[in-house]
Amino acid sequence: MARMINLRIWRGDSTDGALQDVVVEANEGEVVLDVIHRVQATQMGDLAVRWNCKAGKCGSCSMEINGKPRLACMTQVAAYGDEETITVTPLRAFPIIKDLVTDVSFNYKKAMEIPAYAHPDDLAPGDARMGQIDVERSQEFRKCIECFLCQDVCHVVRDHEENKKSFAGPRFFIRIAELDMHPLDTLKNRKKTAQEEHGLGMCNITKCCTEVCPEHISITDNAIIAMKERVVDIKYDPVRWLGSKIGKREGIV
Amino acid sequence: MSELERHSYDVLVIGAGGAGLRAAVEAREAGLRVAIICKSLFGKAHTVMAEGGAAASMGNVNDNDNWMVHFRDTMRGGKFLNHYRMAELHAKEAPDRIWELETWGALFDRTKEGKISQRNFGGHEYPRLAHVGDRTGLELIRTMQQKIVALQQKDGAQYASMESNIKVFAELTITDILKENGKVSGAYGYWRETGAEVLFGAPTVIIATGGVGKTFKVTSNSWEGTGDGHALALKAGANLVDMEFLQFHPTGMVWPPSVRGILVTESVRGEGGVLTNSLGERFMFKYIPDVFKSIYADNEAEADRWYEDQDNNRRPPELLPRDEVARAINTEVKAGRGSEHGGVFLDVSKRLSAEVIKKRLPSMWHQFFELAGVDITKEPMEVGPTCHYIMGGVEVEPDTAAAIGVPGLFAAGEVAGGMHGSNRLGGNSLTDLLVFGRRAGIGAAHYVKNNGKNPVSDAAIEAAAQKIQAPFDRAGGENSYALHAELQEVAHSLVGIIRTASELEDAITKIADIRKRSANVSVSGGRKFNPGFHLAFDLDNMLLVAESTAKSALQRQESRGGHTRDDFPGMSNKWRQINHIASFNGTQVNVRGQALPVLPKELFDLFDVHELEKYMTPEEITKGGSI
Repeated sequence: MARMINLRIWRGDSTDGALQDVVVEANEGEVVLDVIHRVQATQMGDLAVRWNCKAGKCGSCSMEINGKPRLACMTQVAAYGDEETITVTPLRAFPIIKDLVTDVSFNYKKAMEIPAYAHPDDLAPGDARMGQIDVERSQEFRKCIECFLCQDVCHVVRDHEENKKSFAGPRFFIRIAELDMHPLDTLKNRKKTAQEEHGLGMCNITKCCTEVCPEHISITDNAIIAMKERVVDIKYDPVRWLGSKIGKREGIV
Repeated sequence: MSELERHSYDVLVIGAGGAGLRAAVEAREAGLRVAIICKSLFGKAHTVMAEGGAAASMGNVNDNDNWMVHFRDTMRGGKFLNHYRMAELHAKEAPDRIWELETWGALFDRTKEGKISQRNFGGHEYPRLAHVGDRTGLELIRTMQQKIVALQQKDGAQYASMESNIKVFAELTITDILKENGKVSGAYGYWRETGAEVLFGAPTVIIATGGVGKTFKVTSNSWEGTGDGHALALKAGANLVDMEFLQFHPTGMVWPPSVRGILVTESVRGEGGVLTNSLGERFMFKYIPDVFKSIYADNEAEADRWYEDQDNNRRPPELLPRDEVARAINTEVKAGRGSEHGGVFLDVSKRLSAEVIKKRLPSMWHQFFELAGVDITKEPMEVGPTCHYIMGGVEVEPDTAAAIGVPGLFAAGEVAGGMHGSNRLGGNSLTDLLVFGRRAGIGAAHYVKNNGKNPVSDAAIEAAAQKIQAPFDRAGGENSYALHAELQEVAHSLVGIIRTASELEDAITKIADIRKRSANVSVSGGRKFNPGFHLAFDLDNMLLVAESTAKSALQRQESRGGHTRDDFPGMSNKWRQINHIASFNGTQVNVRGQALPVLPKELFDLFDVHELEKYMTPEEITKGGSI
């Protein structure tokens, strides 16, 4: 059953902008992205919004809906009250390009800073043998659809531009954890570099990232805390500390 | 106007899905400088939507499997209209391409022995699809995205910048492939973010732009599937082969309307899901065509036993090739035996426990629960056909992926034609991307070494720039959104799953009319990230695709795979010998018949001759393939 809803959309660019109110039709079962598209096709032909799959699999339509970072394609209009105005704004942690579209290049730069997977030299294609249980830990993190909602909500960078340089963010902590837990990866010291070069220590475990993850990845518990505990173990265990100093064993493996 | 942004590369890859990224990796590893263009952000291409898996005869689950069995299945699935050489290369090379991904960090699901697990799928004789739950496409694209980063890191250690030799240009649309002296010289386009124009000089262009689904009203494709590569190739002088063959995936969501068309993976059936109509009948038993009667079960008991014992039972008919299942669902719904919202029921809850469903089909569970309020561990899904894939595409030379007729142009993946014949088997697309993406990269590398640069002329730049500015200079013209909706309606109702001559003729007239009006599209707003402006170019591409499809479909007077004619319901062995070749003369698309390459003797002999008799003429059988 169609009804009219009040939608408030942030429109503008990096120089200026404001919220604009529109009234638009919404049909049964529709998601917020559907009504944004209807506005685009009928009232604002140049309204900028990113989207691709419209099925929660590509992570393109990230925005803030009534202040919460969400995928617009997975947010039902019916989740809001009949009289409630739905307010859509661009991701706050990234520079605005236009309307609901932000410059997320920060994330692609960080991706390039994480050392790639290193396959064992002596393991030929087809010869790998891994247990299902052993690949599942990394597979959880490989579910990530790179919507960057975790990056957006993370208070280390959300209102602290100055932290961006030294902080990779939750998306890339799970990338490091995924490689660290990969049964075949040969690169050592991933946890140590997470701490020393990618800003793992700046995270103080408020779990905001886990809460917004549309893939329900346990970012904090299974990746961040898991790595932090190991880092702490090794850093503050006197025997291991000594071992690392005299070079008999690797500091962090 | 500010100065034109110019770049120069050895290879320009248009499209950053599986085929494009695989091509880029190969070209870079061959020592070339590579630019990758994507319409969206890096890593969002439609490949992420592939769910079920990648077909490769590794034989990890059933060691009877090998490339010859896979080749036979592919040819059967395509009803023998496939280019045999592409199907052969694909079947032979697919396992290596999957294993290679593992060396780049991919983590597929495992068998008990720790090998890559393989699952059953429609039309595949043995469990053959390497997979990661139901998000295999995401694993493929992420693995290759990260491989590109690995190559960039390697370059960064050696050269001044990580992006010195391979660079991703995200959110950029190519509007023209440029040629000088009859050969590719580069491409022209605009940044979606700013609307600013960009020139790429490059002696080779690899088109890897995927599909055309957005031409249709109900589709599983994202907004990017607008046939850009098909149209760019046509306009550059290449041919499109067999554009009448479109795959309507049997199971798309049908309710609520907002999600209509979104894919429901074939893995649901591979894992034991059954299709029923509103009477509760498991109707697929009624729709087993004669050519498949020997390998599909004709009763429920045998079909159910197959899940436990595949050696001694025939397969359930839910796992027939996609064209058969889609037509069957269509027939059931038309006969009034459909569900409330015009689909049929697909139920996996009776065969598998809730825990197993959530593990093997996690994104399906999620998708239905969040978007339709349906818990698939307890109740059936409502499903119906959705436009999913185009078998037709750029006519290429199989070994090099070179586009026929345009030196320097290559095409791989969905945008290339021939590999899948009249119908693609599920799982064959992901390995198609890898096999032919790699081959296109090698093909381009050879071409660059033998040909060198080919500078772009000012005249070519001027013409391309003029085209981009045009919609801004027209005031009060047509609205691109409205024209797009009209085209989708025409394609859906007149060129859809069931076709007739009169409707196709009607469609051709209507498409020509929309195309005429589209020349007068005007856009509101400025150049900065303006979707109305972007759609104006996508629309032009979709119109050329729709014209090619409608005209090819009108000529083919038979029903085969993804082309069903109500007025010619049978499959004709004479028509099997014909490919349709679409070309563009600057004004309209023309379609002509061309002889299908003849199966060589060594491939002919892989089949039981009685099976071939169902598809081939007596003369072909007597000849026994080409020598």
